[in-house]
Amino acid sequence: MSPTVTTSSEANGNVSAATARAAAKAAAVAEASGPQAITLAKALNTAMSDAMQEDPTVLVFGEDVGTLGGVFRVTDGLTATFGEKRCFDTPLAESGIVGMAIGMAMNGMRPVIEMQFDAFAYPAFEQIISHVAKMHNRTRGRVKLPIVIRVPYGGGIGGVEHHCDSSESYYAHTAGLKVFTPATVVDGYRMLREAIDSDDPVIFMEPKKLYWSKDQVDLEALRAEHARGEKSTAGRAAVARLGTDATLITYGPSVPTALAAAAAAAEEGRSLEVIDVRSIVPFDDETVSASVRKTGRAVVIAEAHGFASVSSEIVARIQERCFHYLAAPVLRVTGFDVPYPAPKLEHYYLPSVDRILDAVDNLQWED
Amino acid sequence: MTISADHTAHEREASRSDAAEAVDELVKQAEEVRRKFGISLEDYMLPAHHQIQMVDPAGRMKAKEEQGTEPGHEYPTPGDDELLAAYEQLVVGRRVNDQNSALVRQGRMAVYPSSHGQEACQVAAAMCLREGDWLFPTYRDAVAVMSRGVDPVQAMTIFRGDWHGGYDPHEHHVGIQCTPLTTQLLHAVGVAHAAKLRGEDIVVLAMCGDGATSEGDFHEALNFAAVFHLPVIFFVQNNKYAISVPLSHQSVAPSLAHKAVGYGMAGERVDGNDLVALLAVLDRGVKLAREGSGPLLVEANTYRMQAHTNADDATRYRPDSEVAEWMAKDPISRMKTYLTSQGLLDEDREAKIAEHAEQVAMQLREGLGVDVSVDPQDLFSFVFSKPTPQLREQSALLADELARDASATGANTEEAGK
Ligand SMILES: Cc1ncc(C[n+]2csc(CCOP(=O)(O)OP(=O)(O)O)c2C)c(N)n1
Ligand SMILES: [Mg+2]
Repeated sequence: MSPTVTTSSEANGNVSAATARAAAKAAAVAEASGPQAITLAKALNTAMSDAMQEDPTVLVFGEDVGTLGGVFRVTDGLTATFGEKRCFDTPLAESGIVGMAIGMAMNGMRPVIEMQFDAFAYPAFEQIISHVAKMHNRTRGRVKLPIVIRVPYGGGIGGVEHHCDSSESYYAHTAGLKVFTPATVVDGYRMLREAIDSDDPVIFMEPKKLYWSKDQVDLEALRAEHARGEKSTAGRAAVARLGTDATLITYGPSVPTALAAAAAAAEEGRSLEVIDVRSIVPFDDETVSASVRKTGRAVVIAEAHGFASVSSEIVARIQERCFHYLAAPVLRVTGFDVPYPAPKLEHYYLPSVDRILDAVDNLQWED
Repeated sequence: MTISADHTAHEREASRSDAAEAVDELVKQAEEVRRKFGISLEDYMLPAHHQIQMVDPAGRMKAKEEQGTEPGHEYPTPGDDELLAAYEQLVVGRRVNDQNSALVRQGRMAVYPSSHGQEACQVAAAMCLREGDWLFPTYRDAVAVMSRGVDPVQAMTIFRGDWHGGYDPHEHHVGIQCTPLTTQLLHAVGVAHAAKLRGEDIVVLAMCGDGATSEGDFHEALNFAAVFHLPVIFFVQNNKYAISVPLSHQSVAPSLAHKAVGYGMAGERVDGNDLVALLAVLDRGVKLAREGSGPLLVEANTYRMQAHTNADDATRYRPDSEVAEWMAKDPISRMKTYLTSQGLLDEDREAKIAEHAEQVAMQLREGLGVDVSVDPQDLFSFVFSKPTPQLREQSALLADELARDASATGANTEEAGK
C-alpha cells in the first residue's frame, strides 16, 4: 500500500471503509503489473494493509509504528492510509501493548502488534505466557484471542546487545501460542495474512536480516490466492530445495544459509534437501519425516542457542518417528549456549555454510 | 492469586498494629517536613509550580523571585569553583559527542546515541554525586559515565562493537549502561537498599528518558524506593522524544515530576539546559537524600538535538524549526556567557578547557580508531564463573574450527606463493 495515494483527510485519522477501498484499488492498479521485485518488509507491509482494507477490526499498534512507520519501516504508510485509529503509537510499554491487545481482542478487534526488537518483548512475557497463550483454554474456548504479535528477531545485522536474540523457543515452549516464521518474501505475505486470519494468537517471528531481501512477487496473484481461501502455508513446512542424500531442516534467518550450503554441497557431488519449517507451532511432522525417511540423514540448523530449543525438539521428533530410517545420528548446527555476542564476534556465533558442511561430513557416510 | 486460609486472631492483631504504625509514620513524616521546610507534606512532594531556572538562555542570572523557587523548594546557587569545573566537563562532553558521531560516520563505532544538547544533564548527574555514590546510566549517558571518572574509551566500548561493555561497575560505582528501558532503576533501588542494610552512607542516582517513564519498571522502582524510604534520585531527561514518539503520546500528567507524589516521594522540574539550575537542584536533592529524606524524582526539561541514533532519520517525525528553536537554548553558550559576565572565564581559561576537550577527543580517536582484535574464545569465558562442561565442549569445537581455517589459509598462501 503506497502512502502516495493518501489524501489529507485520510491522514486526519478517520477514514471510511469506502475511502480505504478506493485507496486499495488505486494501489492495486499501480501494482497489478505482474511479478515485481519487492522486499520482505514490503510484503509484510502489504499483508497488513490488505488485511486492514478487508476487515475494519484489524488494528496495528506498538512503538514507533505510526508516523515513523516502525524502526524497520514495516508499518510504513499505514497511519497515513488508514488513520490514527487503525495504526497508532502507544506509550512505551510492551506489557501494556500486549495486555491492551488482549482486551481489544476480547471486544471484537484483531490487533496486529509490534514488539520493536526480540529482546524488548520480554517485559510483555507475563501477558503473553499467562494470558495470550491460556485464555482460550481457561474459558473452554469461549474467549478467542485473534492477536498477532510481530517480533523482528535474530542477528547477522551487526546489532548491539538485546537487538539480536532468537527468542522463538520461549514461545514455542508455551502451550497455546502458534509460532510462525517466514523466510521468503512470498511466505511473508501469505503467512502474515494467515496469522491475521487465525482465531488463535500467533507469535510472528520476522527474521530481521532478511527484511531487505528481494524476490519477484506477483501481489495480485497472492491476493487472489488469499481471496480463494487457499491456506497453502498454514502449519506446513516447505521443501525449499529437493535432494536425496541428506536433509537440512531449518527456519527463518538460517534458510538462506542452508540453501547456500546445499548449493556448495552439490558442487562436491552431494545432494541435500532443504526443509523450511515456516510454522514452528503447529509443527509439520509429516513433511519433515517424509524427507528424512527418504534421505536417511539430517542436520537441524538454527541461530538460537541449541540447549533446550526448537532445534532440540525437531531432533527428538525425528528420532521418534524415523529411527529405523536413519543412517546416522541427527546433528545440529546452532548458536553456542552463550549470550548473543557483540557485532565483531557474531560471525563466530552464527551457523555458517562451513559449519553446516562440516556437520554433513560427519553424518557417518563411510559406515 | 494466593488463596490463603483465614487469618488467625494473632495475625489480625499484627496487621492492625502494622496499619497503625504506617499512619504514625506518615504523621511523623509530615511533621518533619513542616519543621524542616515549613510546608505540608503534599506541597513538599508536589513539584514547584514552575521549573527551576537560574540562568536564562541568553546567559543572564535571573532574579531570585523569578527562578521558580517557592517556600520549601529553595535552591542555593552553586559556588564558582563548582560551576567552572562543571563548565569544563560540559565542553568536554560536547566534544566527545561530536567526536563519537564522527567515528560512527567513519565506521569506527557500530552506533552512538548522542546526548548532544543534553550535556548539562549529563555533567550535573555525575557531578552532584560524591565518591562512593552510585550512578545508573542508560545507553544515552556515556558522557555522564565518563564524567564520573570512567576512562572515555572504556565508556564507549559498548558502541565499538567488540564487547557489551568496557568498564568495571565496581571501580567507579557506575552501573552498566542499560538498554532495556528502566530496568536499571530497580538495580539502583537495590544498591540503595543494600547500602541501607549495610549501614553505608551513599546516595544513588538513576537515569532514564521521558519515553521510558511509561515502562512498568519505572513505576515499580519509584514505589519500591518510596516504600523502603531509600536515598535514590531518579533523574529523567525529558528530551521530548522516544525515538519518533513525542512526549504527548507518553503522558498526559501535568509534568513527569508530578508522578512522584503518587508514590509518596518528592518531585521537581528543572531547566535541563541550565547547568547552574541543574547543579542547584541535584546538589540539594543529594544532600537531602543523604540526610534521610527518601527518594526524589527530578525531571530535566531538555531536547534531543540529533536523531535517536545514527540509524534514525528524525526528519520523518519532527520539523527543523523545532530543532532550531532549541538551538537557541543551548546549554554551552548560555553557561559561557554567564561565566564570562561574572569574570570567571577568560580567554586563557577557555583555551585550557578547549585543549582538555581536544585531548579527550584524541584519546577516543586513538582508542576507537584502531582495529581492536577480538578473541573468539571470549564467547565462552564469562557466561558463568566457571565454564560448564557443555561450554568447554563448544569452545573446543570453535578452537578446532579456527585451527582448521588457519591451516587452510596457510596452505592457500603457500599455494599462492609457488
Ligand atoms: C524495553 C524496551 N523497549 C523498547 C526499547 C527500544 N528503544 C530504545 S530507546 C527507545 C526510546 C526511549 O526513549 P526515551 O526514554 O525518551 O529516551 P531517549 O532515547 O530519548 O534518551 C526505545 C523505544 C528498549 N530499549 N527497551
Ligand atoms: Mg526521550
